[in-house]
Amino acid sequence: MIRWLFALVLAVLAVPLAAQDSMPPAPYAYNQLADEKLEAEAAALMQTLRCLKCQSQSIADSDAPMAGDMRHQVRARILAGESPEAIRGWLIARYGDYVSYEPEVSSTTWPLFAIPVLVILIVAGVLLRRLGKRRDDDAGAKA
Amino acid sequence: MRKLSLWIPLALFAFFAGLAAYMLTQEKDQFVESTMIGQPLPAFALDPAVDGLPGASKADFTGRPKLLNIWASWCTPCIAEAPQLEALKRQGVEIIGIAIRDKPADAANFLNRYGNPYTRIGSDRISEVQLAIGSSGVPETFVIDAKGVIRYQKIGDIRPEDVPVLLAELEKAQ
Repeated sequence: MIRWLFALVLAVLAVPLAAQDSMPPAPYAYNQLADEKLEAEAAALMQTLRCLKCQSQSIADSDAPMAGDMRHQVRARILAGESPEAIRGWLIARYGDYVSYEPEVSSTTWPLFAIPVLVILIVAGVLLRRLGKRRDDDAGAKA
Repeated sequence: MRKLSLWIPLALFAFFAGLAAYMLTQEKDQFVESTMIGQPLPAFALDPAVDGLPGASKADFTGRPKLLNIWASWCTPCIAEAPQLEALKRQGVEIIGIAIRDKPADAANFLNRYGNPYTRIGSDRISEVQLAIGSSGVPETFVIDAKGVIRYQKIGDIRPEDVPVLLAELEKAQ
């Protein structure tokens, strides 16, 4: 019993080996911009940028130090007058489309946009032919 | 003929289920590669990360191809790659370090314990330069040619088998 309790206490106290630094976060990692309009622009952009450390989260959702540093970049650049799309472009130039959650039309992603249009066109074509045929049949039956 | 076409949806379903099952068993590549290969290093100038060694700037990447090593004292795989960096240094390679989110005392302690392969180390307190060159973690190693152009990226710790690869990339960057 005592041994089990001891093991339990050890398990609770065990600290996982953390690959984290002990530096304070970047100035704008957790601080909003004073200007409400600029902060809203920055916040909207941060929702659509991927955290590179924790790839299923946006940098707005992630507490990884690197996401904090990316938020600092976004806010500092917005404050310096850069447009959100220019900042997105800056990151895509460094990490590729993957860093952005906003789908971009590019040489690899164009089928995503083309296929739905193609499918709708095919379906519309088939429907038109069938309905047209039926109308012809109806007309033929009545005559 | 018509009966056969009834099976098409099921066949499609089976195909996608099979594809999903296959992809689940495949190892996912978690690495985000830099798309800055072939691009010049962005301008930067970082303060020294430790006492006694100069900081790093873009201007230091001239004369011959050099390695740019992104590391941190809090990064465990960086300990594993220390002997390989030492081996590269012994082969005459100049390695310039950038310490990510590091305190001078911690960085100095790391170098005392695991050796110092660097000629210069810049301190990147807010991952600024790391983001500017498209690096998404520590450790990462870049080959920079004599004109300051990024030529090659190695993601993760340098294993013994990566040493000849890096030497060949440095040779190619001549």
